[in-house]
Amino acid sequence: MIDIGLGHYLTLGAVIFTIGVIGIFLNRKNIIVILMSIELILLAVNINLVSFSIYLNDLSGQVFTLFILTVAAAEAAIGLAIIVVYYRNSGTIRVEEIDKLKG
Amino acid sequence: MIAHSIFFYFFSVVAIVSAVMVTASKNTVHSVFFLILDFISISCLFIMIGAEFLGMIMLIVYVGAVAVLFLFVVMMLNVAQQKNQWFLSKSSSRHIPIGLIISAIIFFELIIVVGGWKYKPELLNKENTLIMKDVTNTHSLGQVLYTDYIHIFQISGMILLIAMIGAIVLTYRQREGVKKQSYLKQISRERSEGVEVLDVASNKGVKIDD
Repeated sequence: MIDIGLGHYLTLGAVIFTIGVIGIFLNRKNIIVILMSIELILLAVNINLVSFSIYLNDLSGQVFTLFILTVAAAEAAIGLAIIVVYYRNSGTIRVEEIDKLKG
Repeated sequence: MIAHSIFFYFFSVVAIVSAVMVTASKNTVHSVFFLILDFISISCLFIMIGAEFLGMIMLIVYVGAVAVLFLFVVMMLNVAQQKNQWFLSKSSSRHIPIGLIISAIIFFELIIVVGGWKYKPELLNKENTLIMKDVTNTHSLGQVLYTDYIHIFQISGMILLIAMIGAIVLTYRQREGVKKQSYLKQISRERSEGVEVLDVASNKGVKIDD
């Protein structure tokens, strides 16, 4: 309990990942919160990679984390642009009212 | 060791609570603020276990760019009228127990993987990516990133470029009725279409509008 090892960090990553997944499943509000949940999931993956990299004494995990950061930034920019365009066209970004594809 | 565990528990409790608040708070602006708090505490954890460069990059990229982008979009769109209670209608609350069950299954799978994990040292045979103790974290990352991973590094730059172009193309809107300066038109004007020499008859004048 006192000795912090790899398992503690992996558990923290698992908890944050699950919170992100729950946020995607249970969201009834606007779609921006779903994008934030995706950011949380990517953050959990980053925690896993960095803790493995430190505890295995290998630098590759941190390099992967850099690339995940890049992809997360690109994804946030594109997703927010799509949300802005959708709001301009239909006037709402509530999850329940986005049903144009009848899914 | 005690200090390490105290700081770990503090930062991780802050991170988990703020992650819950991101998904649970009713106001979207509050969600963005809790997202910022989450990123800050996770980057403190990164700095604590020795990945200083990544912790600082997390602060710069997430808190400095992504969260501010979220705040801007929340500010531009009218989400104030759209904050509401958690579960609206009967039809939408049907898939909530299924979502909770799937999330619980994912969590237990992850915990099982964490608990049953064994490390085989012979799998790790790449010498040049080992963390060296005598150089700083940033130095060793740079040594690996610009030599072994140079192609992936350039591809990630291409991804950023394409994302930037895509965001601009998506949100660009051509409006009607806005007078704009056109440099091409200005430069390509000839003298013949700008100036006309007229013979003005005496006492008659000239109409210039037609």
